[in-house]
Amino acid sequence: MTATTKSLRRWGAVHKWTSLICTLFMLLLCITGLPLIFHDEIDDLLHNQVKPAEAPAGTPPANLDHLLAHALAQAPGKVPHFLIWDRDEPGAMWVSVGPTIDADPTNNLLIRMDTHTGAYLDSPDVTGRFTYIMLKLHTDMFAGLPGKLFLGLMGILFCVAIISGIVVYAPSMRKLRFGAYRAQRTRAVRWLDVHNLAGILLVAWTLVVGFTGVINTWADLVLKMWQFGQLAEMTAQYKDRPVPSKLTSLNGAIEVARHAVPGMTPSFVAFPGTLFSSKSHYAVFLHGDTPLTSRLLKPALIDAEAGTLTDSRDMPWYVSTLYVSQPLHFGDYGGMPLKIVWALLDILTIFILVTGVHLWMRRRGTGVSQERAIANAASIDSPALMS
Amino acid sequence: MVVHRSLTRIFAAPLVIAVVSTVGLISALVGDGWWDAVSWAALGLPVLLYLVFIWRRRPN
Repeated sequence: MTATTKSLRRWGAVHKWTSLICTLFMLLLCITGLPLIFHDEIDDLLHNQVKPAEAPAGTPPANLDHLLAHALAQAPGKVPHFLIWDRDEPGAMWVSVGPTIDADPTNNLLIRMDTHTGAYLDSPDVTGRFTYIMLKLHTDMFAGLPGKLFLGLMGILFCVAIISGIVVYAPSMRKLRFGAYRAQRTRAVRWLDVHNLAGILLVAWTLVVGFTGVINTWADLVLKMWQFGQLAEMTAQYKDRPVPSKLTSLNGAIEVARHAVPGMTPSFVAFPGTLFSSKSHYAVFLHGDTPLTSRLLKPALIDAEAGTLTDSRDMPWYVSTLYVSQPLHFGDYGGMPLKIVWALLDILTIFILVTGVHLWMRRRGTGVSQERAIANAASIDSPALMS
Repeated sequence: MVVHRSLTRIFAAPLVIAVVSTVGLISALVGDGWWDAVSWAALGLPVLLYLVFIWRRRPN
């Protein structure tokens, strides 16, 4: 056996095992990810939402202190965690409230408010929605952080499977022109061609979507890193101060933040004591206005007692990486045509997974080992596979 | 006689497609309008090529 054959067998083994381990989970991710590409459209179709009042261009937004008071009147005994501007619907914003300030925000109640009148719209329970169930299956399979990290690990295996797939593509194509599809041959041959063709055509997309997905599974850890790193640094002088007894105006704090970071638009505000802020600050997160900079958030920390700016810094690289990786995973950054292309690429990825498993089962049944089949592509023509 | 293809020949087309796809992935992040259109075309290319190769149905 030559050195090349030996090395190809090794790559073949890597491709086989990384693929086999992750395939089932990748199928789950591709299938649940498909409706998630269109989650806005599906939600609009399946669920009625109270529409915000018609507001002609230039209508000033409501005073946010009033808006907050109206929201809290709908949730007696609850405390606000976040105030969030709706990216897709400028007429609406969200107030996220929990039982206590240190309660787990993933269980928060979301109250939807009219941006311009400050009036209450609705507070839908999203947890029963089809898109929510898909999202949970897709991000953590209802298993919390361990579930997320596990799927991240499967994502890493997926990326290794793609890279080893590129290597074993070469011997497979030694006698074939690019894009060969042997339509007259047995199903095993045709499916091998589909697997090779779709696999190699989608290499860049699957690698990027796969790896950005892995990065997304680390979001909770990235947030913790930021909390103990930059956020702690920015608020060091407040470490020993008592929790403010009375909070300053939210509306005023946001105005201070707008002035401190000119040219950027508020995206959300984290109230003092939440994961995204210190116990003494409103953290106002602002975004830019290009497709890329609209994903990069910059926090301005406003002293929640004095209403003055404490500090504003660009996020560290590891947070920016996470934010940039999100659109690249979701495909939501180029309008509806991009979403449709994303869906088609997702369906082709399902083809790659299914044909891959099928080829493995076929070869197992015929006794031709995957490694040998890959190292010696001619074995696909063996009589056992021609039946 | 079977001609064995060199690695360069095997990977030339896939390399071009990977580069085009990468341009498509980045383009819509950079801007709107034409930037988005470039992205649709560039990422639509692999899908289109897949359909072309499968439907051509020429026996090898």
